[in-house]
Amino acid sequence: MKETDLHFFIDSTLNYFDEVTREKAQTGIPYIKSQDPVVLDYTGIIGISGKRKGSIYITASQDMLINLAQLILNQSSVSNEDVKDLIGEIANTISGNVRQAYGSDFMISVPVVVEGHAKDIKTPDDVQAFVIPITWRTHQSYLVVCLE
Amino acid sequence: MAQPVKLMIVDDSSIIRKLIQNYLNEYHIEIVGEAGDGKSAVELFRELRPDMVTMDIVMPEMDGLSVIDEIRKIDPNVKIMVVTALSDKSTGIEAMKRGAKSYVVKPFTPDKLKNAFVKLLQ
Repeated sequence: MKETDLHFFIDSTLNYFDEVTREKAQTGIPYIKSQDPVVLDYTGIIGISGKRKGSIYITASQDMLINLAQLILNQSSVSNEDVKDLIGEIANTISGNVRQAYGSDFMISVPVVVEGHAKDIKTPDDVQAFVIPITWRTHQSYLVVCLE
Repeated sequence: MAQPVKLMIVDDSSIIRKLIQNYLNEYHIEIVGEAGDGKSAVELFRELRPDMVTMDIVMPEMDGLSVIDEIRKIDPNVKIMVVTALSDKSTGIEAMKRGAKSYVVKPFTPDKLKNAFVKLLQ
């Protein structure tokens, strides 16, 4: 993966929060994922095939997703189903939007959502995964990009 | 008063289905059905015969482009607005070739969705 790849994902992530919430999110300095797990309460995973191969996932706290869902739906209470759906949709949107840069050969899967603190989210052993920290309001979440 | 326009919403995200419904509620429409995957969308379309459809592309069972082909075989006059995260030009062009009338890239604001929907109504 090149630095420009990371920029595509950072731009796509910032654009998501900007468009959906009308509030700026911030991204921290990306780092190479170590053996330590990067998993919060809910994780949305997208498989990538075609011109590039690998996976992308975003993991976030329940509090962040509740706040975000409340804001998006303009409702004071949201269900667990809404929260799960939202993390999958964020993963789908960030991944789908980078096709503007990569083109239609960058194939994305439907999202898979993991609820709860899994041991870790498996990415291919032979490919470096990069972690992009995201802060929205006071909430921390992470985008993990692992592409050949 | 004229009959409301019958709209079907197809998206595998329930949040997006709710958002589309919320943002378009000022128009004279009736949401006649919702589908969360491509195969159900075709079955529901055959049963409900909506005038307009909002269509996601990346979905389980059958993708939205294939669904467009199937539902246009059932009703070539159906008006279709694609609402998808896929932002590349060639997918947009492909959707239009297959008969979609407008194309909205997620994430969308209320105005962005409404502008595309108005195009569909014209």
